[in-house]
Amino acid sequence: MARKLKLRIWRGDADNGGLQDVVVDANEGEVVLDVIHRVQATQMGDLAVRWNCKAGKCGSCSMEINGKPRLACMTQVAAYGDDETITVTPLRAFPVIKDLVTDVSFNYKKAMEIPAYEHPAELKPGEARMAQIDVERSQEFRKCIECFLCQDTCHVIRDHEENKKSFAGPRFFIRIAELDMHPLDQLRNRKRTAQEEHGLGMCNITKCCTEVCPEHIRITDNAIIPMKERVVDNKYDPIRWLGSKIGKREGME
Amino acid sequence: MDTGVFSQSRAAIKERTLRTDRWWLQPAITFGVLFSFVIYATFRAFENKYYFVEPLISPFYSPCLSNSCIEGTSLLGQPFNNKYFGIGISPSLFILIFPLGFRMTCYYYRKSYYRAFWMSPPACAVAEPHSKYTGETRAPLILQNGHRWFFYAGLVFNVLLTYDAFLAFKNVEGEWGHMSVGTLVLLNNAILLWLYSLSCHTCRHTLGGRLRHFSKHPVRYKLWSWVSVLNHKHPTFAWISLFGVAFADIYIRAVASGAWTNFYFF
Repeated sequence: MARKLKLRIWRGDADNGGLQDVVVDANEGEVVLDVIHRVQATQMGDLAVRWNCKAGKCGSCSMEINGKPRLACMTQVAAYGDDETITVTPLRAFPVIKDLVTDVSFNYKKAMEIPAYEHPAELKPGEARMAQIDVERSQEFRKCIECFLCQDTCHVIRDHEENKKSFAGPRFFIRIAELDMHPLDQLRNRKRTAQEEHGLGMCNITKCCTEVCPEHIRITDNAIIPMKERVVDNKYDPIRWLGSKIGKREGME
Repeated sequence: MDTGVFSQSRAAIKERTLRTDRWWLQPAITFGVLFSFVIYATFRAFENKYYFVEPLISPFYSPCLSNSCIEGTSLLGQPFNNKYFGIGISPSLFILIFPLGFRMTCYYYRKSYYRAFWMSPPACAVAEPHSKYTGETRAPLILQNGHRWFFYAGLVFNVLLTYDAFLAFKNVEGEWGHMSVGTLVLLNNAILLWLYSLSCHTCRHTLGGRLRHFSKHPVRYKLWSWVSVLNHKHPTFAWISLFGVAFADIYIRAVASGAWTNFYFF
């Protein structure tokens, strides 16, 4: 059964913009992206919105719905009350391009700063073997769909533009963790660079990244905190330092 | 110059947040509970009385290490004086830094008090009020990296407080084989503290998390798996163990001051 849905959509660009009210039909079972498309088709033909799969797997339709970073394609209209106005804005951590579309290139630049997996030189293609329990650990991180909701909600860059140059953000901390936990990766300085180059120490583990992750990756518990502990191993643990000197522990980075 | 969500390049929205839920409730409750605990713990740490009634000792004063301690409370001797530079010092102050440091540097409590006390941020997608932010990269917050040392110290305290619970199977005459409400209170306190410590992220890391090859260390992998299950409940254990410690102290204070009677089952 269709209902009249009250929407407030942010429209504008980097120079100016604001919230515009609109009333649109919403059918049972529809998600916010559906009604945004209906607005686009019937009332605002030039409304800019980024989307692709409509299945929560491409990470394109990230936006903020009633102030919360969410995927529009995975947000049921029915979750909101009949009298409630749903406010839809672009991601507030990134520069806006137009309407609901933001410039997320910051994330791609950060991705390029992280060295790729380094394969053991002695293993030829096809010779590498990993046990399933070693694969499972990093497989959780491979579920990331790069929607950048975690980056958007992270207050380190959301509330402090100046931190963007020195902080990679939660999405890339799971990438670093994945590689540092990889049994075959040969690059041994990931703990040091996580702290010194990618700003791991700036994270104060308030877990917002975990709260908004649509793939339910336990970003803080399984990636960021383990990486912080590894940094402590490497940098702030005199017993491990001593162990590395007498050959009982893996060398410090 | 405006920064953060009010930066020039971001969508022009004047509100700090557009969240419509009661996002302020959780940090407000956290603030209220933690602040109340700090006030109570400070009062008790300085009170220096009503911390022991045979065979029960308050977790705030165990082990009692000062020469002013009541006889029977100094499990590890009395290496400290009760006065330094003419100032009387409560025995609690010699030990509280360890459990306090463990909780202060705990990853879960950090999340809680950064949100509730420092509003950094107050809640997800709610703009924080600070103009600058450096996180845990410099003093004093870089000291949060010392969490594992407090964890190790916390384990020692857990052993001592478990022993205190064990001693609570005595009666007031010092005979074994008795059990009172106080026994259950101290036993409950010890169990909750063990659950809190064993579910800790540092414990998880130390037991197996630091490994690159789980498959080469099956025992440590199994330990890591068990602690990972507990780790899911770490926030719950953090809260209930805090209440457990406070309740144990309240109970023993009430018994020691004569307000309550410690009922013996047998």
